[in-house]
Amino acid sequence: MADTARDPPPEQTDFQELEDGEDLFPEPAAAPESGPASLPAEDVSTNSNGPKQDSLFDDDPEDLFAEATEEVSLDSPERDVLLSDGPSPAITPITPPTSVITPRIESLTVPVSLQIEEEEGGDSFDIHIAVSDPEKVGEFSGTFWHLRDKQDSSGTSLSVFKQGEFSVKRRFSDFLGLHSKLASKYLHVGYIVPPAPEKSIVGMTKVKVGKEDQSSNEFVEKRRSALERYLMRTVKHPVLLKDPDVLQFLESSELPRAVSTQALSSAGLLRMVNKAADAVNKMTIKMNESDAWFEEKQQQFENLDIQLRKLHASVESLVCHRKELSVNTALFAKSAAMLGNSEDHTALSRALSQLAEVEEKIDQLHQDQANADFYLFSELLGDYVRLITAVKGVFDHRMKTWQKWQDSQMLLQKKREAEAKLQFTNKPDKLQQAKDEIKELEGKVQQGERDFEQISKTIRKEVSRFEKERVKDFKSVIIKYLESLVQTQQQLIKYWEAFLPEAKAIS
Amino acid sequence: YRNLTHWLKTRSVSVDLNNDASLLIDIPDALCERDKVKFTVHTKTTLSAFQKPEFSVPRQHEDFIWLHDTLVETEDYAGLIIPPAPPKPDFESPREKMHKLGEGEATMTKEEYNKMKQELEAEYLAVFKKTVQVHEIFLQRLSSHAILSKDRNFQIFLEYDQDLSVRRKNAKEMFGGFFKNMVKTADEVIISGIKEVDDFFEQEKTFLLDYYSKIKDSTAKAEKMTRSHKNVADDYIHISATLNTLSADDSTFYLRLYKVEGRVASDQELKLTELLRYYMRDIQAAKDLLYRRARALADYEHSNKALDKARLKSKDVPQAEEHQQQCLQKFDKLSESGKRELTSFKGRRVVAFRKNLIEMAELEIKHAKNNVTLLQGCIDLLKSN
Repeated sequence: MADTARDPPPEQTDFQELEDGEDLFPEPAAAPESGPASLPAEDVSTNSNGPKQDSLFDDDPEDLFAEATEEVSLDSPERDVLLSDGPSPAITPITPPTSVITPRIESLTVPVSLQIEEEEGGDSFDIHIAVSDPEKVGEFSGTFWHLRDKQDSSGTSLSVFKQGEFSVKRRFSDFLGLHSKLASKYLHVGYIVPPAPEKSIVGMTKVKVGKEDQSSNEFVEKRRSALERYLMRTVKHPVLLKDPDVLQFLESSELPRAVSTQALSSAGLLRMVNKAADAVNKMTIKMNESDAWFEEKQQQFENLDIQLRKLHASVESLVCHRKELSVNTALFAKSAAMLGNSEDHTALSRALSQLAEVEEKIDQLHQDQANADFYLFSELLGDYVRLITAVKGVFDHRMKTWQKWQDSQMLLQKKREAEAKLQFTNKPDKLQQAKDEIKELEGKVQQGERDFEQISKTIRKEVSRFEKERVKDFKSVIIKYLESLVQTQQQLIKYWEAFLPEAKAIS
Repeated sequence: YRNLTHWLKTRSVSVDLNNDASLLIDIPDALCERDKVKFTVHTKTTLSAFQKPEFSVPRQHEDFIWLHDTLVETEDYAGLIIPPAPPKPDFESPREKMHKLGEGEATMTKEEYNKMKQELEAEYLAVFKKTVQVHEIFLQRLSSHAILSKDRNFQIFLEYDQDLSVRRKNAKEMFGGFFKNMVKTADEVIISGIKEVDDFFEQEKTFLLDYYSKIKDSTAKAEKMTRSHKNVADDYIHISATLNTLSADDSTFYLRLYKVEGRVASDQELKLTELLRYYMRDIQAAKDLLYRRARALADYEHSNKALDKARLKSKDVPQAEEHQQQCLQKFDKLSESGKRELTSFKGRRVVAFRKNLIEMAELEIKHAKNNVTLLQGCIDLLKSN
């Protein structure tokens, strides 16, 4: 079914045309959400509130207590340091965030420097984005995420960022809002928009309630890391980077509330309906694929999807088992210590105590390794599973675009036939009307064809970019992961080599 | 089971136990049919008690149990630590996994299936090796014991070239496991109730009771730990298989890494867990000795009371006196032999722990170094591309 409610997007011949502040695409109220699958799925809503008095309450029911916002601290001389309702922002250098929440692998929170190479213009940006730890502001709001950007462009005329380093405060719903806007603007013309991190009512509830325990800390770290990766992927995209919404997100001290991210808002409901409609449509569209490339690629992505999901499941299992191993090692260590105490042969007793100490250290190693398994490997896979969904969505859009074009063509055909019939009747008004309609439809058909070609072209470009990025991404993560494994093994060698003389000393 | 035979042939005989050339025992061969394991017990001897200088017989697990039980139930050996019976061969775990694997065959690639199968076969082999080892050690403990090596039933076990099942049945009928049950149920009560006169035994009792509970706990925890390690190794198999499907480059290291992880798990198992498990059982055997001695002491005390009663009544005094003497003798004999046994037991335990802990540490180091080489190779490969 053709979406006739939406205006056809204006022509876009060059990817760099988006200018500051100009929103070329009116934000349709019924934007089909092809992003994170979780958004419509989160209709388990805790929204039991009545009228909303406080502005703090009109976001997602999930975000009632806990909004992620970031500390704003603007370094640049042109800007004043703005104080929001939080504590005074600090001008902070980029360091790994140090707070109560300390994931064992500190290196994960160090901002990553990105080299963005423009294909056309040759600009290269160095963007460091770090999402640092959340902080509670106010009684009802929960967590605010610190987002620090350090951007120094190479000074070309197309640079869109101001120099220097600055940080902003953003809520979790702001991230979702950003994604939502980008998705509605770019997905249907073939851009692969990185999906936003998933909502999790359970996890967030724990944090809201102020539960400061291992699992809620882990949840916060998991989310922080996910937000960081999400932003980095978004800014790595040459087109998205220049989008005014992205710029505003990265730079503005205050953002208008993202209202359409609520699960049960009217927008949310509409999204769900559209998604359902899409699913039905997909089944009924039978496209005559003239381009083998697309057919091949689609199959490839289907396979990739299956394999990645499988891999993800295996790695999740690995994380789980390694955590179990860590727990069991710790238990054994304690038991060995008790055994050592009980042992009456002095040297053996000492050796057993040493064994217990070694096992305790190994338990720690297992925990660290499990973190690496998770944060490096498992999360990457999760991201890519969602990304592939976005890719598949883009292919679907192409099909829809094709369908729209075909529909216009068929309609034109019908109108032409009708007009031919009218020629023989004596109804000049109707004839004229028919002629006008035909003219309009001819325009539509041409536009449809152009759209289809455009989206096909865009997708080709996007897919090639995606593949390059994927290979790079996986490679760099796998190398990091292997290095973490090496570290673990080297530590093991140290520990056992220290133990060996103790064992030999038993006489 | 080509691998097992090869392993059996190339294995050096256990240094500790089999060093008396007059009676050398080993298990060079074993067959697994369904659940039943058939061990080939091979003996080389210079002793005249045997008919031939070298011979082999096939034996089942049940035969070993029969031998152990008859030794336990022999009064003359009450003052000895009877080596613990080898546990029943347990192929339950790999068999169950093999079954699950068969069910899940459709969901995995051929390669993944083959790898998992290989892994399971290795696990099967490990269980096999373990069971051969414990059965062998049991016999070698007997052959290296001054008194037990001369036991008639032991000789029959080694030499009798017919099926032992008839004897097994007879023994069951004769004793019915009565004696054994008595030991098991009465032990804690007796041993704690007795007033110990000898410092050595008092200390041993305290030590063994405490140590037993600790080592039992450690054994259980070690088993859990090695099981977790195995799970991690299995995950690597799945991961490597999927990576293989995804791309040729990524997978090579994982392919070998899982092998090493898997092997680490089974080496640890052999060294640490088996060590703990064995000594847990051995300590139980030592405790059994204490119980028997405690019971002998109780008997002696009863006989004393009986003698006093008899003297009071002036009835059956000579019998009572003789009975009391017998009890005293028995008790003294047990105490003397018990002391000897417990002292050498401690020495044995320390030596075994030392050996196994050293070997375990060395294996850990070896495998970790292996892993580092493998991993570094892959990292270099990936970086150079």
